[in-house]
Amino acid sequence: MQKCSSCKELIPDWNGKYEIEPILNMNHPFQNIIPKSSIKETEARVWKILNKVTDPEIPVLSVIDLGIVRDVKIENEIIEVIITPTYSGCPAMDFIGMNIREKLMENNFDKIRITHRLSPAWTTDWMTDEGKEKLKSYGIAPPASKTFDNDYLKNLPVQCPHCTSMNTKLISQFGSTSCKALYQCEDCGEPFDYFKCH
Amino acid sequence: MHSEPTNTYKNYLVDYALHLADSSLIMGHRLSEWTGHGPMLEQDIAITNIALDLIGQARNFYQYASEIINSGNTEKKVTEDDLAYLRDSFEYKNLLITELPNDDWARTIGKIFFFSVMQFYVYQKLIHSSDQQFSAIAEKSSKEVTYHVKWSSDWMVRLGDGTEESRKRMETAINYLWPYIGEMFIPSEFELNDKNKVTINPADIKGDWLNKVNSVLAEATLSLPADTWMHSGGKNGIHTEHLGYILAEMQFMQRAYPGLEW
Repeated sequence: MQKCSSCKELIPDWNGKYEIEPILNMNHPFQNIIPKSSIKETEARVWKILNKVTDPEIPVLSVIDLGIVRDVKIENEIIEVIITPTYSGCPAMDFIGMNIREKLMENNFDKIRITHRLSPAWTTDWMTDEGKEKLKSYGIAPPASKTFDNDYLKNLPVQCPHCTSMNTKLISQFGSTSCKALYQCEDCGEPFDYFKCH
Repeated sequence: MHSEPTNTYKNYLVDYALHLADSSLIMGHRLSEWTGHGPMLEQDIAITNIALDLIGQARNFYQYASEIINSGNTEKKVTEDDLAYLRDSFEYKNLLITELPNDDWARTIGKIFFFSVMQFYVYQKLIHSSDQQFSAIAEKSSKEVTYHVKWSSDWMVRLGDGTEESRKRMETAINYLWPYIGEMFIPSEFELNDKNKVTINPADIKGDWLNKVNSVLAEATLSLPADTWMHSGGKNGIHTEHLGYILAEMQFMQRAYPGLEW
């Protein structure tokens, strides 16, 4: 046990209950005296926690893999997470905001603000390479190109995530969610989702 | 209190945001009528995804409109839901084409195609608006609309250059929709507020719209009808009889049970 240096109350030590050791417990004013240097550390911890928040539709991808977290700011004890919506009408965005809040609260942060930022608009170019690999092993073909190539709207060859054949065909421009198109492999015959360039 | 010119300017901004929001919402709402009725599962999903994008865009514009309305106003705060659910048809500023009944698949495709090409060029220009929020929403939306244009273009070609029946239906649809195209390019008062480079003048995109539409129609072995008398009024609250029915259905819950939440 350690004493809060400000209110002198005893604070339980981290007992391994949380995935990441909490260093901010907003209930205690001792937070006010965190030296400036540890704000950087806290930010790093927040990023680590965000890596565990997954997309509700594609649970193998974290919000970091998806590239929707634009920034983490800490000011006046408030943790602000700035996220960019994937699609204007994406119903997952509210869930993602909620999940981020929940995960941070589990890790003893309690003053949290989720801010939506529209510009610059989200693009699949921000998806991490790790995220693309995860998509593939989950059975979803990752974006086949970068959007700044300009011809990303042409029907680019898409590799089947099951048998790696390039002999695939577009079934529908829109799949099970806005962000995906539906393809079928001409070799193994399996239909699969393709995460389109956006 | 704001001075008179500021108020007028604010009203123009609100009207412009509402016009963009209303067109997207009514288009999206109409398309959502296809949910569970699409000609095949994949297209049912496609059209509902497009509807979802449009309703999302509408929400962004409504949220911005309510922000402008509420700024400097300490009385009752207006929400995006108030704007969608509690305005009557004469207050709606959507384009008439968005409220037309879906009818068959060909007319639905024609509506999405003509409308999406228009939205595409509007957003492309609006990205350069001096108003940051208009610019941000346009940037976000134009990526989505690009796919709507692509998807509906494919269908225009498939139906136009398809069977005798599909071609006949596509031609009927184009002839029906054509008189509703004119008002897209006639600026309303709030769209002429472009000296601050906030709004865009829709007359400026007519050439681009015609080029794109004609090139897709050529591939579909179709063509636009001759110029004819055109309907107008949507932007200024004068609507076809269809809008009233849409609003009656869409607004029923909030009118009957004010403040109801899911």
